[in-house]
Amino acid sequence: MEPLLVFPDPPPPALARVLTEAGYPFRPATTSDEATRLEPEDGWAGALICSDDDPEGAAAMCRHLRKRDMPLEPLLLVVRSSHLTALEPREDLFDDFCLLPLQPGELEARLKHLFWRTGRGTRPELIEYGPLILNLETYQAAIDGRPLDLTYMEYELLRFLATHPGKVFTREMLLSRVWGYEYYGGARTVDVHIRRLRAKLSEEHAALIQTVRSVGYRFGQSRWGL
Amino acid sequence: MERQQDYVLRSVEERGIRFIRLWFTDVLGQLKSIAIVPGELENAFEEGMTFDGSSIDGFSRVQESDMLLQPDPNTFELLPWRGDDSPVARMFCDVTTLDGTPFAGDPRHVLRRQLDIAREKGFSFYVGPDMEFFYFAQGEGGRPTNTPLDTGGYFDLTTVDVATDLRRRTILGLESIGIPVRYSHHEDSPSQHEIDLRYTDALTMADNVMTFKLVVKEIALERGVHASFMPKPMAGVQGSGMHIHLSLFEGDTNAFHDPGDDAHLSKVAKGFLAGLLHHAREITAVTNQWVNSYKRLVVGFEAPAYVAWARNNSSALLRVPGSKRNKPASTRIEYRSPDPACNPYLAFAVILAAGLKGIEESYELAPELTQNLYEMTAEERLAEGVEALPGSLAEAIACMEQSELLPEALGEHVFEWFIRNKRAEWDSYRTQVTQFELDRYLNL
Repeated sequence: MEPLLVFPDPPPPALARVLTEAGYPFRPATTSDEATRLEPEDGWAGALICSDDDPEGAAAMCRHLRKRDMPLEPLLLVVRSSHLTALEPREDLFDDFCLLPLQPGELEARLKHLFWRTGRGTRPELIEYGPLILNLETYQAAIDGRPLDLTYMEYELLRFLATHPGKVFTREMLLSRVWGYEYYGGARTVDVHIRRLRAKLSEEHAALIQTVRSVGYRFGQSRWGL
Repeated sequence: MERQQDYVLRSVEERGIRFIRLWFTDVLGQLKSIAIVPGELENAFEEGMTFDGSSIDGFSRVQESDMLLQPDPNTFELLPWRGDDSPVARMFCDVTTLDGTPFAGDPRHVLRRQLDIAREKGFSFYVGPDMEFFYFAQGEGGRPTNTPLDTGGYFDLTTVDVATDLRRRTILGLESIGIPVRYSHHEDSPSQHEIDLRYTDALTMADNVMTFKLVVKEIALERGVHASFMPKPMAGVQGSGMHIHLSLFEGDTNAFHDPGDDAHLSKVAKGFLAGLLHHAREITAVTNQWVNSYKRLVVGFEAPAYVAWARNNSSALLRVPGSKRNKPASTRIEYRSPDPACNPYLAFAVILAAGLKGIEESYELAPELTQNLYEMTAEERLAEGVEALPGSLAEAIACMEQSELLPEALGEHVFEWFIRNKRAEWDSYRTQVTQFELDRYLNL
């Protein structure tokens, strides 16, 4: 699916985590110029505007997105509960809202509902990359049609990497985006899991996950064909 | 429902798994298992599985015998030796009382608690054990013997030999269950083998060690061979150890590494070393917990018998292996006394506690000892201030009882139960009349 526009850049970590875990691709932007420049060819799948730090900027972004020839929808506004009184219930500016602090599952449920209502960009169920297939609905992974026996964290790591092919991630980035919670392992854990994943992918396909020296890891080929 | 749990439930359904084994460990390091069917799984995640703890070594007092197993969805793995027809999966469990409080007698909890202390200080604790064991022939009715399968020696490549095939199958099985192997080879003694596991965080590794022992035994059993982790199954040849490579990381940085130091050891590493040296005698009852363990810790068979450290001295208790140039991550300490029949959760916990104590209290590190400890006389050792490790289980218990560190590290429940149990083991051993005595004294 096309990415969601997320305001602001960088988005609150909790928000980014929900989107990553739910498998929604997204691109953050703070100004309307950025939003235009970053917009994918087929248009944004929707927008998620977080008004917490900068309510005025958020309102400006909503107006910008809704005043276009083809108003962008769905648009989900994320506001702090203490700011609720100031919220103008204007349907022309947003389709639904969600409260901060985020409740587990709520944001995901609201997005799902909005997408269903607007009939746009349903969640992808399969990720395919060469011989690798990940079924996001059933959590199953297969290579060359052979099912992979993965632990939960191995699956999550592979899913994260496979949804961002060609992009290099440092260990710290992977740790915060994939693990994201308190863990005994620390950053070295990432190395351990990468090694286990490669072993399970088998020698033939171990190169799907590349080590980028003194940086981190990359799934698949680099965009520059290196 | 949490995502990890959902992952497990969906996988069980998709892969047609018929049984899920819930694993936990008693205080003496024996793996325990309760099998449940998929229909029970959701309930197990939500409420835990009730079991009677009173029959488990070191668990409950009678009045609190009902306990709960809480499966840890992160440890969900398919078992490799059950075939594809009706796959079986396992999860390690945390043990709690009925109100959900972590149970003080659960070894996994003891280790978690110690790891939390390390984490508060900013450290992640990594361990990599070298596992030694023997392959023995089975006797009549499948009874284990201590008859070796071969007469190979160190690094020998024994072709056309059952053990080589077993070791290969074992390594493939381990890799498939997510336990990466660093390397493996034939050890010194006949039929003795070593498989070195790639380091990981201590909790995962303790789970891995438990799994490792089962995998080795199961795969051997398929070929009618008995795999044994007994510390010293044969007199006159080397016993089986579990040397443990230790390191502390602060985020991405190896806290043991200091390029400016001769041995590349940081202040943290030196404190950790000093802590282990200082408390070595107290923690030996845990790292070497059986009567038989002390038959391995004797002079002359490559096992440590004296408390000292060195960079390259295989007679020392603690060794600092040379780290590869430009590879600071590989700086580590090797603790050489533990044997593979220990409880890995408790062993890692007391080792970490001793090391952290050394860092915290800034213990002074004695100079390294380069002489061969086996050849030093008692006077020379005394002059160098080198103590001996406990020579028997009885001595080790006595050292443990004096310790202020261990009740803290193990918790009162485990500490007291362990000493009581081990003293009973020693008393029972003392009543035996051995072949050694018959051979020597019958003519008196």
